[in-house]
Amino acid sequence: MAKKTTMDAARTTVKAGNATAPAGAPQNAAQTARTPQNAARAAQTPQNAAQAARTPQNAGQAAGKPRNTQAAGAESNGSFPTLEVRNLSISFGGLKAVDGFNVVIEKGQLYGLIGPNGAGKTTVFNLLTGVYKPDTGTIHLDGKNITGKKTIEINQEGIARTFQNIRLFKDLSVLDNVKVGLHNHHKYSTLEGILRLPSFYKVEKEMNERAMELLSVFDLDKECDYKASNLPYGKQRKLEIARALATDPKLLLLDEPAAGMNPNETSELMETIRFVREKFGMTILLIEHDMKLVAGICEKLTVLNFGQVLTQGDTSEVLNDRRVITAYLGE
Amino acid sequence: MTKNKVRIQNAVTYGMVVLFWVVIQIMDRTGHLTSLFKGLLVPLCMYAILAVSLNLTVGILGELSLGHAGFMCLGAFSGAFLTNCLETAVPSMGLRFFMALILGAVVAGIFGLLIGIPVLRLKGDYLAIVTLAFGEIIKNLINVLYVGRDVNGFHFSMKDTTSLGMDKETGVVLIKGAQGITGTPRAATFTIGILLLLLTLFIVLNLIHSRAGRAIMSIRDNRIAAESIGINITKYKLMAFSISAALAGMAGVLYAHSLSTLQASSNNFGYNKSILILVFVVLGGLGNMRGSIIAAMLLTALPELLRGLNDYRMLIYAVVLIVMTIFNSSPKAIEIRSMVLSRIRGGAKKEVA
Amino acid sequence: MGFLSYFISGVSLGAVYAIIALGYTMVYGIARMLNFAHGDIIMVGGFVIFTVVSTLGMPPLLGIVVAVAACTLLGVTTERVAYRPLREASSLAVLITAIGVSYLLQNIALLVFGSNPRQFTSVVTLPNLVLAGGALTISSTTIVTIISCIIIMIGLTAFINKTKMGQAMLAVSEDRGAASLMGIDVNKTIAVTFAIGSALAAIAGALLCSAYPSLTPYTGSMPGIKAFTAAVFGGIGSIPGALIGGIVLGVIENLSKAYISSQLSDAIVFAVLIIVLLVRPTGILGRKINEKV
Repeated sequence: MAKKTTMDAARTTVKAGNATAPAGAPQNAAQTARTPQNAARAAQTPQNAAQAARTPQNAGQAAGKPRNTQAAGAESNGSFPTLEVRNLSISFGGLKAVDGFNVVIEKGQLYGLIGPNGAGKTTVFNLLTGVYKPDTGTIHLDGKNITGKKTIEINQEGIARTFQNIRLFKDLSVLDNVKVGLHNHHKYSTLEGILRLPSFYKVEKEMNERAMELLSVFDLDKECDYKASNLPYGKQRKLEIARALATDPKLLLLDEPAAGMNPNETSELMETIRFVREKFGMTILLIEHDMKLVAGICEKLTVLNFGQVLTQGDTSEVLNDRRVITAYLGE
Repeated sequence: MTKNKVRIQNAVTYGMVVLFWVVIQIMDRTGHLTSLFKGLLVPLCMYAILAVSLNLTVGILGELSLGHAGFMCLGAFSGAFLTNCLETAVPSMGLRFFMALILGAVVAGIFGLLIGIPVLRLKGDYLAIVTLAFGEIIKNLINVLYVGRDVNGFHFSMKDTTSLGMDKETGVVLIKGAQGITGTPRAATFTIGILLLLLTLFIVLNLIHSRAGRAIMSIRDNRIAAESIGINITKYKLMAFSISAALAGMAGVLYAHSLSTLQASSNNFGYNKSILILVFVVLGGLGNMRGSIIAAMLLTALPELLRGLNDYRMLIYAVVLIVMTIFNSSPKAIEIRSMVLSRIRGGAKKEVA
Repeated sequence: MGFLSYFISGVSLGAVYAIIALGYTMVYGIARMLNFAHGDIIMVGGFVIFTVVSTLGMPPLLGIVVAVAACTLLGVTTERVAYRPLREASSLAVLITAIGVSYLLQNIALLVFGSNPRQFTSVVTLPNLVLAGGALTISSTTIVTIISCIIIMIGLTAFINKTKMGQAMLAVSEDRGAASLMGIDVNKTIAVTFAIGSALAAIAGALLCSAYPSLTPYTGSMPGIKAFTAAVFGGIGSIPGALIGGIVLGVIENLSKAYISSQLSDAIVFAVLIIVLLVRPTGILGRKINEKV
């Protein structure tokens, strides 16, 4: 009896993960993800999944309106974009770090935020995640106003992020880093934990399974016992993404994921980001300086300069914009 | 896998404590224990509990606290007070002691929570000095506290016994300012001490290796990242701090029941005591509970074992402390150590070859 | 008049705290360590003067000079032997070593001088100042203490702002790595800081023991903690902060001793510290630290 509930719970967990799967993704893709082994296998053959996800993307764009198909139905309110930011501003001691920032990101989009150093990109992330409170403007996530909420509330609403300078829990194991990310989704009370009641074992088992599943997606499952600080740089970046995904977000913010990587690691990272989007149906906003990466994976771009939006639109158009080139290279 | 490794590590820690108990029992039965060492047994357990509980704050939560003795003081006085109050109502000394342990832990835990709310917003050395300040305030306040009881109930004063204004016939002074509490039954035994140490280990180790423990350690490792993945920083900081305080309070009750007179003197509960416990924690290794126990027991026993050297014993203690820390933590010492180790290993390999 | 007299002796006590706090604050600002043994250097200074003046019968001024020299040497030696090997280690390890040094100094003093308090003869031999027709007497020790504190403050500020070594100290306290890249000898700078801090502790020892003449191996530890409290109160790392913190604490301590309770004066001092830190988490003049995300 007990065993059955465990399995049911595990299945619900995976289903929750799938609720954000790409709209209209083939049924079998959702099924393959149901067990960790299959998930790992799916990870090794990204082409199929990629194709599956790309189709609805195009369909959505062709129809000219946000997608609201069955998979998203559970938690999205239908016609709202995943992220809608209007007129966001903040100043520090008279300096307008971000000034009237707007952006609309549709579900499933891979969106890039670029701009020269000091343009205010990370400040935008800090505003979105509640590290700073905006002076003006609104932030809507899936149609819900989350302006001015605290960082942990915003994470619970569904925004997760990584950091420019990697911020892992360096003395915890790789597995535990991801399990901390699962904190708000798999619960038992502290007393149950101390007394080692059955609920402790049951939930811990679920957490281990879910965490291993996530780690295997990033090819980190073999290193699950390592101390996070002992991982090589590229894997630390991946672990940070895995940890963010563990919180089951609607929107993933990546702050310069390729910083400090060599070209090989960067192209591997591009694959990973693409794969995350397709496997988890994730909406992603990323800050990046590596134009090859931006041009390679982002569908849309916003260019920030001196805290203001210089231009935004489809990647190819934006990157050919004279103003963007001027902003980066000067007159 | 890690889970099994953790289980083995924990089992070794528990086993070590139990083994220590068995060895002492055998030595006692066979008459190999000096009365001096016998007197040391309860303090050994007490310091081990204090070190493990402080390690929860310093090693696991990552906040430097210098006020641990203050929580111990709260526990000691509330526990001893209860034991004395219930002398007639609850004749069983064991039961009274048990109730005192619970009360002491609860009182210290509540104060840990109350102090933690404002204090845990501070960082690093500022937090250290404020916890030290709180510890001293607690000690000083208890030092001027007078409590008495007569037919009309309890009487409190911060001045002296006469200002309690008690009924002359039935009035009994329970807490007598700087003279503290006298006549607490000496109910604390080595076995009880060991049981409490095992209980402390059980709580702390199980906490660390659970959902809450991971949240606490994530705050230690990177507060900003922990917040970004939805960890409630205040909640878990307070949880660690107040559990740590409650366990210190329990150790205080144990202490109070091993003395005939309990005074809130600087010697018993001053900041020097907090620092002493911190020394155990740091030398035993941050986050390493087994290390805390070993360091607490060795360093508590050391001055007593050196008693033959009389005046020089504390001097030797100080030198040992300095040398051990440098040996443990200095980058150069670590380098030399690993060099020597690899040479030994290298030599061993050559011999095999 | 009673209030004024308590107030003035409070300022005097505060001046001693300020001088000790300066040592704390400089060492903290530059070496980033809590030197728990700092208070015990005061005690060593006191015993050196006691030996020179009371045992050998030399003039007090010579006693002070010898004490300053001895404490400077002691400060530099402990830094070299006990703290420098741990420069790159965790701050907790350094803290524990400092505690070890503190125990060591106390127990050496215990071995040499025993635990019975020694009667310290004031190093100040001037007559007391009598004001308002005898209604207010200010002891000469009080006056000398306050004047010394002012001179030390001015001298130290000038030293830090005007000399090359002072600028080097500022640079090291700002960013040790960058300072050493700029060609500043970090080890030498830290050693000089310890030398100055310890010399100040010797002077503080002379003044403290002149005002409170009972000298034991533990004389330095509570004033050391109070001075540290003063340094934190004023904003650790800040020289004017140490002055303000020291004086405020001294005055509060003395007034609460006089008007509230002598047993609770320490508790009141610490309570004020807590309140200040809760309102201003880095002390009155401390710089605000923002963690960058």
